[in-house]
Formats: sequence, structure tokens, C-alpha cells
Amino acid sequence: MKAAVIVSPGSNCDRDIQVALRQSVGADPVMHWHGDPDLPGVDLIVVPGGFSYGDYLRAGAMAAHSPVIREVVDRANRGVPVLGICNGFQILTECGLLPGVLMRNAGLKFICRDIDLRVDAANTVFTRSYVDGQIIRIPIAHNEGNYFADEDTLNRLDGDNRIAFRYCSPRGEVTAEANPNGAALNIAGILNEKRNVLGMMPHPERLADDALGGTDGRPMFDGLVEALAAAA
Amino acid sequence: MAWVGFRVRFAPPCAKQIAMKARVHITLKNGVLDPQGKAIEHALAGLGFSGINDVRQGKYIEMNLDETDEATARASVEAMCEKLLTNTVIENYEIDLDA
Repeated sequence: MKAAVIVSPGSNCDRDIQVALRQSVGADPVMHWHGDPDLPGVDLIVVPGGFSYGDYLRAGAMAAHSPVIREVVDRANRGVPVLGICNGFQILTECGLLPGVLMRNAGLKFICRDIDLRVDAANTVFTRSYVDGQIIRIPIAHNEGNYFADEDTLNRLDGDNRIAFRYCSPRGEVTAEANPNGAALNIAGILNEKRNVLGMMPHPERLADDALGGTDGRPMFDGLVEALAAAA
Repeated sequence: MAWVGFRVRFAPPCAKQIAMKARVHITLKNGVLDPQGKAIEHALAGLGFSGINDVRQGKYIEMNLDETDEATARASVEAMCEKLLTNTVIENYEIDLDA
């Protein structure tokens, strides 16, 4: 399986995802500079976290117009799995691959801590190694994670089982207290209609190795390898 | 008068005439929660300013345009707003043009 990581000026989780993918895939991903529209053929594209373009204008707004993003949108439309984490999620909403927008956290603070997530859609290439209702604990680290969309969009996401992860209590209850940033419906991650694009604010790559204090993020990468190796 | 004369005589011949200035005001749509606006409102109340409601924070962007035709300039700035300057899921924009 071959993966590519899109690197923008200001990406800072590109190395973390590189290490996580190397561990699960057994080979290094292609580290692809955002300014180069010539993306090699890959089975998975990851748009990593960070502060692309210093979050100028709006988080992800500038990177969403990078030369390579047009190609990423094209590949996603042709079915290639695309995973956007944190700033990557913001970029995927700004470029239109995912609906809605990530607004400033309701509490106006940058939040960096481990949080509990409930897996609500385990039937995707990204989440197949989890089960529905499973509670996992991985970190968030963001200032703009307050997911917002109009009511129709939220209803559609919910009704079509496109909310992959929700912020929850340690016992799996989706409550206002468990919501760190004000996100609508406690949304931590959503899928596109074809379920081959996942955007999520939490960082699975930051807890994918025992040495980092936990491995709840690792099944995502192991699952992707299984799914994509089988498809290849 | 002497000063005006000085300026006329020594104005660099290459000085570019600005045809138009565009001013774009970007605001959050009604119903979109604005935690920054709320924080500002509380801070103002804390400073003793009373009778303040519904503080909303927005953005202001200005630019000089070479375009001389107002309708063309407006269409162009509108396209900029739709493509990059605003996120129309949560933001509205207003364009002022000064010829």
C-alpha cells in the first residue's frame, strides 16, 4: 500500500503521520509538497495537522487553494481515500470535499488534551478496525474545532451515518459536558457521501505507539492497510 | 501655495493612479454563534459600558484595483469573496467601491 502525506508551509503533524504510517504500512509514505500539482499514484492521501499558512484569513483557507489540492479533490471524487486530520479537516471543508466549517472554539481557548470519542460509523476503510459504540481516547490540539453546518446538512450527516466520531464522556454518553469546543452534535469527525473522505479534529497519529502513552489511534492505520492492501 | 507647487513639480512621473479602492466588510451570518463578540460584550460591560447588546466581530479587507469600470470591479471582488475571502457557510460580505 502506498500513501502520500501533503506537506504545506506550517504543517507540523506531517512527521507524526509519517511515523504512524511507516509503522502500520511497513514503508515510508510519499511526503508531497503542496506546491507540486504532480501527485504520484497512491492508495491513500493524508492531509495532516498544523497551521498551514499560519491560519491566515481562516484556518485552512489558503491551503485549500494549493496547487495539489485540486488533484486531491479529483482523486477523492474518483474514490481514493482521503484522510484529513485537524488542520487537514479544516482544509477539506474549505476546499469543499466535506460540508460545514470549523469555527473558533466556543470557549475561545486553544485546547490540547486527550479526549474520549465514540465511534459512530465503523463501516469505512478508516474505522473498520473499531466497532460501533467503541470509546477511544486520543488527543485534540486545536483552536478552531467548533464544527458548524446548517440544520439540513447536520440532519443529512446524522441520518446517513456520516458522523464517524463524536466527543463523549468516558462512558460513551454524548453530552454537552463532554463537548470540548462547542461542535454541533458533538461532531469530532465526518465522512463525505461516498465515505472515502474522513475529516477529524482529534489526532490518531499522536497515540499510535506505546512509547507515546497509548495506541487507540493505531487501529485506524492498521485497518487502512488491511482494507487497501486487499483492494490493491 | 508654495507647497502645492512643490508637489506638482516633483511628483514622480511614474506614480500610478489608483483607479478604485474596494472595501470588503465580512460579518458572521445571523444565528452563527460568535464567541469573540460575546467575550467583547462581557469585557465592555466589565469596563462599565452599559446598554450594549449583540456585539458581533467581523473582518475588514481593503484593496486597490486597476479596474476602472465599476460593474466589472464589483463582479471581480464578488468572485474573490465567493472563492477565498469569505466562507459563505457562516459569513456574509458587503463591498464598497470608491472611484
